[in-house]
Amino acid sequence: MTDDTALQRVKFYQTGTFTVGNRLLDPENRSVQASMERSNAITSGHRACQGCGEALGARYALDRAMQESNGELIAVNATGCLEVFTTPYPETSWQIPWLHSLFGNAPAVATGVAAALRVKGRDTTRVVAQGGDGGTVDIGFGCLSGMFERNDDVLYFCYDNEAYMNTGVQRSSATPPTARTATTPAVGPEPGNVFGTGKNLPVIAMAHGIPYVATATVADLHDLETKVAKAMSMRGARYIHILVPCPLGWGAASHDTIRLSRLAVKSGLFPLFEAEHGVISAVTKIRQRVPVEDYLRPQNRFAHLFKGDGDPERIAAIQRIADANIAGFGLVDEEAAAQ
Amino acid sequence: MLKQIEGSEAVAEAIALSRPEVVCAYPITPQTHIVEGVGRLVKSGRLENCEYINVESEFAALSVAIGASAAGARAYTATASQGLLFMAEAVYNAAGLGLPIVMTVGNRAIGAPINIWNDHTDSMAMKNAGWIQLHAETNQEAADLHIQAFKLAEALSLPVMVCMDGFILTHAFERVDLPSQDEVDAFLPPYDPVQLLDPADPCSIGAMVGPEAFTEVRYLAHHKQMEALTLIPEIAAEFGERFGRDSGGLVRPYRCEDAETIIVAMGSVNGTVKEVIDAMRDDGVKIGSVSICSFRPFPLIELRDVLEPALRIVCIEKSLAPGLGGVVASNIRMALRSLYRQVYTVIGGLGGRPIMRKSLHRVFELATAEALEDVTFLDLNWDVVNDQLARARETRRSGPIAENILKSLNPGLGR
Repeated sequence: MTDDTALQRVKFYQTGTFTVGNRLLDPENRSVQASMERSNAITSGHRACQGCGEALGARYALDRAMQESNGELIAVNATGCLEVFTTPYPETSWQIPWLHSLFGNAPAVATGVAAALRVKGRDTTRVVAQGGDGGTVDIGFGCLSGMFERNDDVLYFCYDNEAYMNTGVQRSSATPPTARTATTPAVGPEPGNVFGTGKNLPVIAMAHGIPYVATATVADLHDLETKVAKAMSMRGARYIHILVPCPLGWGAASHDTIRLSRLAVKSGLFPLFEAEHGVISAVTKIRQRVPVEDYLRPQNRFAHLFKGDGDPERIAAIQRIADANIAGFGLVDEEAAAQ
Repeated sequence: MLKQIEGSEAVAEAIALSRPEVVCAYPITPQTHIVEGVGRLVKSGRLENCEYINVESEFAALSVAIGASAAGARAYTATASQGLLFMAEAVYNAAGLGLPIVMTVGNRAIGAPINIWNDHTDSMAMKNAGWIQLHAETNQEAADLHIQAFKLAEALSLPVMVCMDGFILTHAFERVDLPSQDEVDAFLPPYDPVQLLDPADPCSIGAMVGPEAFTEVRYLAHHKQMEALTLIPEIAAEFGERFGRDSGGLVRPYRCEDAETIIVAMGSVNGTVKEVIDAMRDDGVKIGSVSICSFRPFPLIELRDVLEPALRIVCIEKSLAPGLGGVVASNIRMALRSLYRQVYTVIGGLGGRPIMRKSLHRVFELATAEALEDVTFLDLNWDVVNDQLARARETRRSGPIAENILKSLNPGLGR
């Protein structure tokens, strides 16, 4: 980190929640977010909504990446909420060099930055690219796959809030079945999004055989930071997919962002795992499994599933997705499950 | 050093002499030999300190170049036709960000119908993207323009597109004089970026800009192009002094003294145009031509000065603006806006149709007699056109136009 990098004094107004990290741990085990010295890649005062999961996820990820690179970090950003709410000049929130080009090309732009750093011999400077689920699983998918396939030295963060939130909550291919969005309205005989085959980008990333793939949420700060640190310790194409609830788009209370992240994991709908070179290397076990209803019910985007007599068939179909995840990734210990 | 060399190979050599640090490659006919050539020079070690990246699309090719340029590397790529349109969003973005990328366009038609041969529809589609757009007349000029393009791009921090006619130039073997590395190094200093992604001095590039500032940013894009009107001739003059030949510049008049009719064209067709002019001059016709090298910025004043003495202007255009006519002619009329001059448009060479001396001679004669239509399609086969028009009148389901035309041309073949 250079002396020039602006440091912002961290206000610990969130003490008592799970979000800042545990300062009772030994210093080496503490999260970057728990440190008074943290770099604060994105300063406060940006224009994200209250309870924005993406703002949290991006700050957590990039602050840790900054620490791992001694502040020598360049970020490339796809068009989207994160780009919009952090940059209107002269109030840019970015304390690191930051480049936004287009919606669909962040992985390729990051490849270019990495190539320039390599040819210039700037080996200690690292590159991250980031986008929302629209920029990652849809419009930027081609460039992302190319970056993976070439194994370019880029760490890509997908902040997945499961729809195009920046344009007003339209369906993306990361939108879950039955969810209400502006383009999958909660009307008609089968309200909300269709049951497609799904587009599981962490698994698709794994299929490229890249050095590192991980999933994380904003609920478990230590887990997220550990994965970022691990990714930063490697070279080549790396991918971290972070679930970031969107209170506006999900129709959820802004104070429920962390709770919903945790419920997504505990229900089995969002498996936490790591993979190295195409092989799963670790999964986070679910200690206390919950039915998918617990996760769906607090979100207005699923309200039609519970209206009147409810929609038990489609809730069961969602439960089957969770069950398949739990079986496929081995998310529940058999012994624990037998108890 | 004099070489008998393919145009694409000569450009690849000129690119290597310009020491790009990041080159993004994606194949598309007729540009492919250029990136192949640069690839060989990198792989063999002749072009050192260069990252050669095989990407998955033209959109990625220019996007990689954008990232590389913003991180301080001299970046180059090449494309054509559909590829240029596929990267269109990044074309505008590179210019908007003010990144001095150099890109070759091996000019080719745009489908449908799919066609791999030469015309100018691709680069014309990007004429207002904010790039400087230079058109090469010969392979020698194509090679020279690339060396000048890096200097120009980096002086202004603006991307430069060097256009060369697909196949006619890219695949033609001609004599090209390639300078030495020392000569190019003396002409083209290392890239010194005006904006840089640097952790020691962080800045945000590509931030959201609202109505309060957008007009000013756009004005400055125009202002830079206006500056290029001065810089392009200066760089061409310096190039001429150092390398001993004329290449580049804004416009190149040919036998325009006392000319009553002046032909305007871009690119390789100027060679044929000059031959026809020589023949007509021999017959006593007062005719000349002007080759436009810099299409963006468009040299309005220089063209007005050249064209003002003439009575009529004929624009030979390798692109068509359907519903309007000629793109170059529209721009020429802008240059002549305060004068009355007859400006004819001749659309020719579309999709690789050869532009023959005989055909040009005929339209130039019609022009000198002021008997030319405002918009003329050179060597248009009216028979097949009328067949198709009749077919469409008679039958609702008249079928796909392009396939019908081919059938008309080959009666008795196919079903």
